[in-house]
Amino acid sequence: MTGSTLEVSALDVRFGGVQALAGVSFGVPEGAVVSLIGPNGAGKTTAFNAITGYLAPTAGTVTFAGEPIAGLRPHQVARRGLVRTFQKTSLFAQVTVGENVLMGLHLRGASRLGAILLDLRRVRAEEARLREAAEEVMAFVGIAHRREELAASLPYGEQRLLELAIALAARPRMLLLDEPASGMNPAEKESTMRLIGRIRDQGITVFLVEHDMRLVMGISDRVLVLNHGQLIAQGSPAEVRRDPAVIQAYLGGEGAGAPA
Amino acid sequence: MLAAALVGVPVWLTNQYLVHLLILAGLFTILAVSLNLLLGYTGQLSLGHAAFFGIGAYTSALLDVHLGLSFWVGLPAAAVAAGLSGLLIGRLAFKLRGAYFVLVTISFAEVVRLVSLNWMELTQGPLGLPGIRPPSIRLGTMASIPFHGKGAYYWLVLALAALSYGIASRVVRSRIGRAFVALRENEALAESVGVDAFRTLVLATVLAAAMAGAAGSCYAHYVSFVGPEVFLFSYTITMVIMVIAGGKGTLLGPVAGAVIFTAVPEVLREAQQFQMTVYGAILILLVIFMPRGIVPYLKERRAGAP
Repeated sequence: MTGSTLEVSALDVRFGGVQALAGVSFGVPEGAVVSLIGPNGAGKTTAFNAITGYLAPTAGTVTFAGEPIAGLRPHQVARRGLVRTFQKTSLFAQVTVGENVLMGLHLRGASRLGAILLDLRRVRAEEARLREAAEEVMAFVGIAHRREELAASLPYGEQRLLELAIALAARPRMLLLDEPASGMNPAEKESTMRLIGRIRDQGITVFLVEHDMRLVMGISDRVLVLNHGQLIAQGSPAEVRRDPAVIQAYLGGEGAGAPA
Repeated sequence: MLAAALVGVPVWLTNQYLVHLLILAGLFTILAVSLNLLLGYTGQLSLGHAAFFGIGAYTSALLDVHLGLSFWVGLPAAAVAAGLSGLLIGRLAFKLRGAYFVLVTISFAEVVRLVSLNWMELTQGPLGLPGIRPPSIRLGTMASIPFHGKGAYYWLVLALAALSYGIASRVVRSRIGRAFVALRENEALAESVGVDAFRTLVLATVLAAAMAGAAGSCYAHYVSFVGPEVFLFSYTITMVIMVIAGGKGTLLGPVAGAVIFTAVPEVLREAQQFQMTVYGAILILLVIFMPRGIVPYLKERRAGAP
């Protein structure tokens, strides 16, 4: 449990009488691409929210790099290197693309109010460094040519890229992506898949929730399957595809064939 | 040019009533610029801003009346006292958002007003605190020279308004200002990249409150009297109108708003009993035709028509 390994154990989330997650345990090893799949309402986003501090688990523990993080607030989780994106497109809509990425760089700056008011030289130097870092991130995801445009005015596919840029700007050790390819056309999905591969190649662990099975099976080292708040299977993409419990969950009854 | 004209006002403008209005416009500029940090940049509608102004005014007045301390002590003390109240109310109010937050800020201003009205021993209640001395400047060993006439006040207020503008402009262009805007645009996303929402919003409140407190101190020494009416809700509303009409979330918007909406009611005195009706009509027209405010509207027109 060193490096940037995520360990979730016996995680319970209850909303009143509804058990959204029931004793879920799994690990996400450092440097891997791990996907969390399952039918709608299985508890995937709930798991993300509980891990990243957007909701407090009812019971269970979450550790990241050996440190307990369950119950921390979202910004504290981010400070430990765990950065997430959101299922619904989530941007700083009324500012430019460049500003969006600069906002994502918040943790890479350290200037405090006093130094800022005095406009100290190190504040200016830091600002120049941040702008350079923003350019790098924009170039990495391929939206540098949009830097002056309002985030809200971008086409959908580029908005999703900008979301990734914001998250990457926060310099994550592990990136949690909530349906990064939803609503994309096949070409966009293809390039998102390649981008996720490049993110992994940077040494960033990727943990994603995704419905598109081609993408999941294409890039994942491991796949976790949730159904009705319980983990029903985990393993390599090939193992999971053959798992009878998974087939049952996706197709209902005793249908045959893999989730497609 | 503009700067020279502004600095030279006491020289070329002989009408003392107009200088008085410019002083008021300067004080409102400080208030609007400070409120804009919260309302315009963090997007939080605080309707208790007059409380910080009033706390600053009372702090300065009490230090003078009870302890004989001059404006030069009162001014920083007022900023600190208002800033501390901002810290307190920010820490309480930012447990909440939206309508609940707005209600807490309104109640806070009302509570402070009631305290000033009822704590007779300290504030003399509705009688207020008269006889606050004007600031004076000591030149070497000579006797101190008090501010005479409106010219010196005008310069003082102009300097403080410029300072407020400078503070706001440095803050909003920094990573702290970006965190303000990130919270306004998308709080959940801002937190996901490490912005501490609570701390950042409290910081914005403290800063805005301290600036408003400084304006309050200036006001107290200028009119030489402070009473509970400095806490009136209508002052807050005036500030909100200035920020929104001028252009919230822009640096120049609140300045334009403060100057225009100090002048408008005065000009409308001509309309006598219709003064407030016309004022209201102007506001409605502004909201319809320049929904984002005067400054953004002018910028767009300029960009649109080369």
